[in-house]
Amino acid sequence: MACTCGGHNEALFAQLDKVIEQHKDQRGSLISVLHKAQGIFGYLPEEVQAYIAEKMDIPLSEIYGVVTFYALFTMNKKGKYTFNVCLGTACYVKGSGKLLEKLQEELGIGVGETTEDGMFSIECCRCVGACGLAPVITINDKVHGHLVPEDIPALIAEIKAAEQMN
Amino acid sequence: MSKIASFEELKALQEAERAKICVRDGQAPTPANLAKHHVLICAGTGCSSSNSMEVKEALEKQLAEAGLNSEIDVVKTGCFGFCSLGPIMVIYPEGTFYHHVKVDDVPEIIETHLKGGQLVERLLYDIPGQDKKATDMSHIPFFQKQNRIALRNCGTIDPEKIEEAIAHNAYQGLGRALTTMTPEEVIAEVEKSGIRGRGGAGFPTGKKWKFAAGYQSEEKYVVVNADEGDPGAFMDRSVLEGDPHSILEAMAIGGYAIGAHHGFIYIRAEYPIAVHRLEIAIAQAREAGLLGDNIMGTGFSFDVDIRLGAGAFVCGEETALLTSVEGKRGEPRPRPPFPAEKGLWGVPTFVNNVETLANIPVIFTKGGDWFSSIGTAGSKGTKVFAMAGKVNNIGLVEVPMGTTLREMIYDIGGGIPNGKAFKAAQTGGPSGGCLPASALDTEIDFDTLVAAGSMMGSGGLIVLDETTCMVDIAKFYLEFTQDESCGKCPPCRIGTKRMLEILDKITRGEGTMEDIDNLETLARTISSSALCALGQTAPNPILATLKFFRDEYEAHIVDKRCPAGVCKKLLRYEIDPAKCKGCTACARNCPVGAIEGTVREPHRIDTTKCIKCGTCIEKCRFGAISRA
Repeated sequence: MACTCGGHNEALFAQLDKVIEQHKDQRGSLISVLHKAQGIFGYLPEEVQAYIAEKMDIPLSEIYGVVTFYALFTMNKKGKYTFNVCLGTACYVKGSGKLLEKLQEELGIGVGETTEDGMFSIECCRCVGACGLAPVITINDKVHGHLVPEDIPALIAEIKAAEQMN
Repeated sequence: MSKIASFEELKALQEAERAKICVRDGQAPTPANLAKHHVLICAGTGCSSSNSMEVKEALEKQLAEAGLNSEIDVVKTGCFGFCSLGPIMVIYPEGTFYHHVKVDDVPEIIETHLKGGQLVERLLYDIPGQDKKATDMSHIPFFQKQNRIALRNCGTIDPEKIEEAIAHNAYQGLGRALTTMTPEEVIAEVEKSGIRGRGGAGFPTGKKWKFAAGYQSEEKYVVVNADEGDPGAFMDRSVLEGDPHSILEAMAIGGYAIGAHHGFIYIRAEYPIAVHRLEIAIAQAREAGLLGDNIMGTGFSFDVDIRLGAGAFVCGEETALLTSVEGKRGEPRPRPPFPAEKGLWGVPTFVNNVETLANIPVIFTKGGDWFSSIGTAGSKGTKVFAMAGKVNNIGLVEVPMGTTLREMIYDIGGGIPNGKAFKAAQTGGPSGGCLPASALDTEIDFDTLVAAGSMMGSGGLIVLDETTCMVDIAKFYLEFTQDESCGKCPPCRIGTKRMLEILDKITRGEGTMEDIDNLETLARTISSSALCALGQTAPNPILATLKFFRDEYEAHIVDKRCPAGVCKKLLRYEIDPAKCKGCTACARNCPVGAIEGTVREPHRIDTTKCIKCGTCIEKCRFGAISRA
């Protein structure tokens, strides 16, 4: 598999080495290592999984099984900004489904996809626990509450404007 | 903090630390040179999301500039519970309750309240139905019927300071258990309290501990289930964010009872604040000698580690949780053997839910008899509900078992917003059911909820009004369970998929009456044959909605109509010719050109072209377009 991690390869793998070193004597630490690996690389491509398999002496098939079982692990590179639409019950009954529809329409991508320019991704989650603000969308962990579909274009425009400033 | 060498030392420390923060009990500071005011700001997920931490920073900065930072302490706390009013601020010794506090309000709070001794009227809570404002929490109906036991320290202490937890009796129960009781007596006390597991099934906690204690093994484990996956439930998160030491203390008590020296907290990675505070609490407790070797000089050792979940609902099921702690795919396994016999890495283990454990320390300071005096015959103590959805007061509510739904939704919750009618209360999340208006006066406990066709679950309480379609809600939950099914057993993997397909067909207006029979047959089969609780309870939302709202299913199937106006395929848009002025706004904005008509003449919608997007309704200034 072609490497898509950019030019920081060695530095990133050095960080991963440290993580593995830290956890290697802990029983059942694979999920902790994967969390940290995803924190380093942004996602868990096959290359990273194979590296962990080798270093931790765990079959790659087992690691792949764990990565694909849990919703928080991803093998796809995420956009710079991830919109996470809460589909918990409180948000759903207050119309988060309509927010998701509008977001997909505006960005032209589906759930789990990233825009071609690598700027935006859409994800769904089950309850961030800010039910008092329902319906909510988080953008890179910042919570935006009490939203209606008409707010979506402005949220996107705001990010684009900030990006152009930089 | 230096190591606490004995229970006596802890008791003395408690008194000394409590005196330091007695301003929060409404008293003058001792010694007198300590801060006169304590400003508490909620730092829970809800209030943080509405920028409470920015308010805190602004306050600290402006107090420093005014030279008041030695007179006024700013404290970040756990959740007060009234999340829809966030950010919440409470100022002691008066106990003044301010809500929706913004950064811009800070100068006025400093000038008027902290310097001037006057209340900032506009930030006080308006008591509904009375032309009065509440000056403190005791005047707010939302708090009046509550009895906070599990949440006792949430909104009272800074969860990142062990000194404040100790001031509020943290580790006193552990001290008492370790110094005055045998492990058997500890279990007997928990049994006497009558407490049942708050995670869903309501299994008696004392019995669970007794089973785990009964198996001989060198190695045993205590595991905390903090994988609060029920969408819309956030009570465990609030306990962990607001009072993490209560969980560590309860784990140590449990460890002493069953003979375990190590515990794991399995927590959702989606709860970063809770994880962070737990990490701090564990480090502080180790430093104070309240975790680790030879706790309080008693010779008992116990330590705790955190394990992060990774977004799998099934890991809330105890056997799946244990395999996930082991670092594997979180698939459940058949029981027996129960975890009490063969749990984590095959050794005796008990798995308790966060809220259950939050009650344990109090049982050891106030006694099992005291605890069992609260609640109903079969369900003791209180229950925390996360009340959300179509209700005015959204937040965390802790009430004695036996409180009615009506008290919760109307007295505490303040009723349904926008004058809409109550339709149902959903309890127990994807494993539970819904209760119609006829159940409003049912006294809620583990057993009455099951008898009424629902279940307690972890305590999510979602209020639904007349604009909610019950078939759509059943479909929503089935989408959830189908998505979260781990795929190990066919009844759950295939059965939930089939049920979802049928529901989808009904909401598209293509259902037949036979589909209802098929749903019921499938539901019974899946309940009796799935491997774990996720599959066994997955049909519950369908069974409950069919039981109480069969007419809605029939309206979708027979009349091809969605009474709540939710199911898009069944909606019909019409223009009332009497109200239409022929302004052409609808026709100009219709994305598919389905609206015809000439200027100043009533327009008409071609239903064969209409995609039911709703744009015309938004654009019509005369209210001439209806959707049914």
